[in-house]
Amino acid sequence: MSNYSLFIIIIIYLAILFYIAFIAEKNAKSKWVNNPYIYTLSLAVYCSAWTYYGSIGIAANSGMQFLPIYLGPVIAAPLWIIVLRKIIRISKQHKISSIADFISLRYGNNRFIGALVTVVCLVGIVPYISLQLKAVSETFEIMVDETSYISKSIWDDSTFYIAVLLAVFATFFGTQATDASEKHRGIVASVAFESVLKLIFFLVIGLYVTFYLFDGTTDIYDRISTMESFKSLSTFGDIGNGFNWFFMIMLSFLAIFLLPRQFQVSVLENNREKYLKQAIWLFPLYLLLFNVFVIFIAWAGKLSFSDNVNAEYYTLLLPLQQSNTILALLVFLGGFSAVISMVVVSTLALSTMVSNNLIIPYGFLDKFSKSQPEKNAKYIKIIRRVSIFSIIILAYFFYVSFSKALSLYSIGLISFVIIAQLAPSFFIGIFWNRGSSRATKVGIIAGFLTTLYTLVLPFVMQVLTGTSEFSDYGLFHIKALRPSALFGIDFLSPPAHAFFWSLSINTLLYLTVSLMFKGNYRERNYAEMFVDSKNYASLQDNALVWKGEAYVSDIKNVLNRFLGEQRAQRALSIFFTKYKLPQDTQLADARLINFSEKLLTGSIGSSSAKILISSVVKEEQISLVEVLKILEESKEAIASNKLLKEKSDELQHLTNRLKNANDELILKDQQKDEFLDTVAHELKTPITGIRAATELIMEDTDMPAEVKAQFLSNILQDSDRLSRLIHNILDFEKLETGRQELDIKQHDIKLTIEKAINSVSQIAAKKHIEIVVKNPHKCKLNYDEDRIIQVLTNLLSNAIKFCEPNTGKIVVDYKLGNASVEVLVSDNGRGISDKDLEFIFDKFYQTSDQNTIKPQGSGLGLAISRQIVKKHHGKIWVKNNQKSGVTFGFKLPFD
Amino acid sequence: MKKILIVDDEPNIVMTLEYAFKKQDFEVYIARDGSEALQILERNVPDVVLLDIMMPNVDGYQTLKFIKEQASLKNTKVVFLTAKNKASDIEKGLKLGADKYLLKPFSVKKIVSEILELLN
Repeated sequence: MSNYSLFIIIIIYLAILFYIAFIAEKNAKSKWVNNPYIYTLSLAVYCSAWTYYGSIGIAANSGMQFLPIYLGPVIAAPLWIIVLRKIIRISKQHKISSIADFISLRYGNNRFIGALVTVVCLVGIVPYISLQLKAVSETFEIMVDETSYISKSIWDDSTFYIAVLLAVFATFFGTQATDASEKHRGIVASVAFESVLKLIFFLVIGLYVTFYLFDGTTDIYDRISTMESFKSLSTFGDIGNGFNWFFMIMLSFLAIFLLPRQFQVSVLENNREKYLKQAIWLFPLYLLLFNVFVIFIAWAGKLSFSDNVNAEYYTLLLPLQQSNTILALLVFLGGFSAVISMVVVSTLALSTMVSNNLIIPYGFLDKFSKSQPEKNAKYIKIIRRVSIFSIIILAYFFYVSFSKALSLYSIGLISFVIIAQLAPSFFIGIFWNRGSSRATKVGIIAGFLTTLYTLVLPFVMQVLTGTSEFSDYGLFHIKALRPSALFGIDFLSPPAHAFFWSLSINTLLYLTVSLMFKGNYRERNYAEMFVDSKNYASLQDNALVWKGEAYVSDIKNVLNRFLGEQRAQRALSIFFTKYKLPQDTQLADARLINFSEKLLTGSIGSSSAKILISSVVKEEQISLVEVLKILEESKEAIASNKLLKEKSDELQHLTNRLKNANDELILKDQQKDEFLDTVAHELKTPITGIRAATELIMEDTDMPAEVKAQFLSNILQDSDRLSRLIHNILDFEKLETGRQELDIKQHDIKLTIEKAINSVSQIAAKKHIEIVVKNPHKCKLNYDEDRIIQVLTNLLSNAIKFCEPNTGKIVVDYKLGNASVEVLVSDNGRGISDKDLEFIFDKFYQTSDQNTIKPQGSGLGLAISRQIVKKHHGKIWVKNNQKSGVTFGFKLPFD
Repeated sequence: MKKILIVDDEPNIVMTLEYAFKKQDFEVYIARDGSEALQILERNVPDVVLLDIMMPNVDGYQTLKFIKEQASLKNTKVVFLTAKNKASDIEKGLKLGADKYLLKPFSVKKIVSEILELLN
């Protein structure tokens, strides 16, 4: 077959695909386009050229090894109903446009994570695309019989033209709309169509080989079993191989979720969640059908060709050997379909990530927010187109430099292992709300680097140096660092080994860092939303609480720029109608902000949308979504918050009490100091007198007798004063500290007053002061009589002290109240200044205008009296009389 | 004849000082508190004032201030005689311009010699 005719056939085929896409797009609402079967078939984008050709190569060379790549998805399928449904729900809720968007949003709309995931996907998928190019290129050569042809420059290389053709096709195919979250019905329909084709053609060649070229499966089996290598081709090998199987199954299990193209078709292009119900059994069935004939074709190939023929292309070579060009062409088109669908969907997904998570948030955002709507849409489209084109061309150069040396199978596995690095943050993140953005960054980067070291680097080194020194001896020739036998684990195949180490490190770091460092509030809220997606679905638009301020007109401007005036206006009026708001609303509320963010997310990705909207919103540090989440925090969180608050209140309370106690102690300490100071001063005064007088008597021998007598009398007086003072201090101290117990018994107040007056009557008589008792009634109540006598004596002697001799008169009165007895002692002395009244009961307080002859008090009498009355739960007070003198009073309760 | 004014509200203490200074041929004035001291100082200019601090009405500090303000009393020495023995009190007293700060309880002999020394 000439390469021109093959080229023309390819172009016709592409035109058909384009037409199908066009029709499907036009009838986007039709049942033919929207049904679970189309959905399931679009999932079969999983079966790329790797499946189509690569599996047979593996089956021919290593037996059953091709199977794990399909077993993983088969095992995963039943779980879709839980896991994938959740992912779909979250993605729809947040208008997610790619897996990078998904992961970055989960970790607080973290821009860096979005970019990181994009880079990981790029590094993972570009080789994968190059694998497709390799397959097309090699099958193309087989078809035109150019196996001996060695290209000199890229302009002579047919692969280059195929790559360009693919790039152009994918570019225009994948970028019809700017809103990446819009469904690509056309693409999905054509992918489904291609899935049908590739399966049919593969089954046809399988049937042809098995039943036409050979006499059925038993015939092939009988013949192959006579070959030497048969045993290794049909069994599962040793325990090491068992591990390989296990890890390969796990790897493909993860890939079916994480591959950008799978995420695209299974999540983003999903129309109804219920399609999953069919998909979970139809998709495994599809994979099963695809693998039925693999082993037989491989064996048939082995029986028909020598070992130096590339087994991956038995499906083409077998019919060609029989000169059945038509059948070979069908097989080629089947393979080409597998390639096209993979390349289109992958580049669509990748270009969305590149534009939304890499280019726009990191460079073009400013520009976008300033220019016109049509221009913006155009820019975004251009960015995507350039990305798609560049990705394919990049894949081409990767192919030229590296892929020629590798089998389809091993390139595919490298991609899988790289993509698998997203697994911990992706899967654990949607079920565990502690997972944090820091952990994600650390985990992905570490896992990615591990993969590079264990899987990519050895291969690159081998291509560059031409020797396998690096992989044989390890970095710096350290045995433990051999890239394919890290720390002595040498029984695994390189991809399984790389997968084991990278994912272990990744997961471990992710968990550890998450547990060690809690994410910020924003992150935790998103985490809550993702993990508890079911409960948040309805809350999204409805929360009104928000801490910022924005004008509808500003938001409208932003929307205009990206959606165009018409669409923005329409969206806003729908919004206003939906929430029954007036069309000319001025201030935006939380719902509008949220609504606008979502509208834009479709166009430019969530992180960019967030940045744009917040540029016109005067938000305080806490953002809208965060505030919403404050309200939406799970009950558990609220409960634990409550507990925390109670605890902290309790602590605060305790702290306050402690502080008060401490303050009190400090005050007490100060008072104690002052008290001691005063006591010391008061004690020193008589001591000074005693000391000076004694000294004079001793030294001055010729002192006159009457002076000596005076000094001796003074000494006696001072000694009495000293002992009185000491007694009072101790008494007061006992009362104040509560160490003095009262001796409470029933007494008659009348008798007690009489006793008190008796004890002072002599001093009063000396000054000719009259003491009158006004109320002669008896009145019995409980008190400590000695102590009350002490109080009364105190008051009486004070009164006597302040009264003028001869004219002084003291009146003692007592009144019965309902619950207490009130005793009053009034005199007709000079009275006390108002300034002094306030402090008169304080210890050692002496009025400033007492007699010039200092009364010989201890300064403690009234203080002690107050303590005594207080201990009786009574009250003591003083006031100036209207005419002259003062009245002291105290009240004793009956109980 | 030297003149001394003793200002103290404790009669027993005053009595001992009065006796001791009279024996040294001092002319002794006595005031029982600051206000009395001020009255005396209006008419008399003693060579030295022996001043207690803790007194009713006008205390020792106020009395000292008054003395320092009178031009006629610029040669009058002031000596505190008090039970206030904290370092901060002593510092305060000397800062206000007292010539000496003596503590209670005291030795009469020592007080007399301190005063004599101050006046010579």
